[in-house]
Amino acid sequence: MYLTKEEERMLDGEEGYAVKKSMEILVALGNIYGAEKLIEVGSVQVAGVSYHNLGDAGLEFLNELAKDGKVKVLTTLNPAGMDLEDWRKLGISEEFAEKQNLVIEAFRKMGIIISCTCTPYLIGNLPRYGEHIAWSESSAVTFANSVIGAKTNREGGPSALAAAFVGKTPYYGLHLDENRVPDIHIDVRAKDVRAKMKKFSDWGALGYCIGKKAENKIPYITGIKDADLDELKSFCASVVTYGSKPLFYMKEITPGSKKHKPPKEKVTIEEKDIEEAYESINDDVDVIDFVCVGCPHSSIQEIAEIAKLLENKRISPNTEFWVATSRLMKQLADKRSYTNIIEKAGGKFACDTCMAVAPLKGRFKAVATTSAKGCYYSRQNNMKTKLGSLEQCIEAAVRGKWS
Amino acid sequence: MHRGCGERKMELRGRTISKGVAEGEALTTTQPISFYGGVDPDTSEIIEKGHELQGRKVKEKILVFPQGKGSTVGSYTLYRMKKNGTAPTGIINKECETIVAVGTIISEIPCADKVDISKIKTGDFVRLENGVVTIKK
Repeated sequence: MYLTKEEERMLDGEEGYAVKKSMEILVALGNIYGAEKLIEVGSVQVAGVSYHNLGDAGLEFLNELAKDGKVKVLTTLNPAGMDLEDWRKLGISEEFAEKQNLVIEAFRKMGIIISCTCTPYLIGNLPRYGEHIAWSESSAVTFANSVIGAKTNREGGPSALAAAFVGKTPYYGLHLDENRVPDIHIDVRAKDVRAKMKKFSDWGALGYCIGKKAENKIPYITGIKDADLDELKSFCASVVTYGSKPLFYMKEITPGSKKHKPPKEKVTIEEKDIEEAYESINDDVDVIDFVCVGCPHSSIQEIAEIAKLLENKRISPNTEFWVATSRLMKQLADKRSYTNIIEKAGGKFACDTCMAVAPLKGRFKAVATTSAKGCYYSRQNNMKTKLGSLEQCIEAAVRGKWS
Repeated sequence: MHRGCGERKMELRGRTISKGVAEGEALTTTQPISFYGGVDPDTSEIIEKGHELQGRKVKEKILVFPQGKGSTVGSYTLYRMKKNGTAPTGIINKECETIVAVGTIISEIPCADKVDISKIKTGDFVRLENGVVTIKK
């Protein structure tokens, strides 16, 4: 890989340890994937924030980097393992909170914005069409590539950090137009599927079907009439969790869908596929002790809907109800009195964190959620899962049961 | 690849992923390894169910496998193992991917890839130096 004089100096350690280690990572990745050079990035999203996943080793590594590492571009952060302000309310231990705060402190030292959300595009890290970026967090990567039309590979935590310290990323993979060509045509055929696509969970279920069928490919999706921001956000999270590349085209909905033609290899999705997705995600379970919405983090519109559904209702004393969102959305919700309604009903806001990265193993037996991705991670936390509409989830929270 | 001068010595040339010199007994598998969830960082034991190395310890071994798999958090697991003293001495891959590349660089574990790993057997004494693998049978 070609390096400029300045980049070589960084690799030699002239800008310190963090930049040197970062250059070593970028050069190794560039060589592995055949990049000809490094290119500048407009922004970075860093995942690997929860102490639950990092452990002491990750914390130690971040502390090493924080000694002399400062980010060179706009850099935002993925969710942490807890609400940074109100962690006690979520049942987080003193010990965990202490460690998590050390992780956050290291990121703060590096000059990273402590946004702690998987939806950076909703809180001020919004790349432009065609911009090169280096993001981790698979749902955000998929959203940036597909819905915005920015260009990023699916970075891991350390490679995203490396890009932030250097301000560059190796030029390979999804940064190159030749690798952004769709290679499987997914036709969502049945009329009733389209008519049914009304709730977030359907978009998650559709993402499940398409992800499984487009394993490691770039889908070109036809047959979808319309999709709003929240629906696309849910779809992005699901399609990549269940197997596709972090890029898709949706005819007449996402950018680039006019430029490309549907590929020859074609698969159709019918109503039975969506039903089968629900069947395989849903476990046989009745009592629900945890309900979580906001995977990816809830938008203000979703919070408004939750408040509307919870007005004058009471969450079951046997059920924990979380709205996972960014701190910024919560502040908006405070102003518009949604917070008041949700908390009065017994619900809790889980800001800065989410069901995928909080230390939830062993705490709950069964979760109901609107998110297909959330189900995937909850199973890893040994929970039974139910995927359903917002209405179904709220009802489960109120009754403590799935109906 | 070419044979070295000694009768029972073989030299394989690969590509350096993480610099350095490592020597030790090879532990080899034809299956990919997931460090996050697949290896216990405290005991160094491979714990993935059904893996052909399940129950084997990677500590102080030259670990030879086709490539990494699974969560990118695996890079930090390697770092943790290095700090714990449970890490492999060196890693040799067929085709290295992001998790192992980043993990070996941040942990300063020598690593090479583009090596014909079928030539290395468990128990062989292996020296890895900047992409060159010397095997003593």
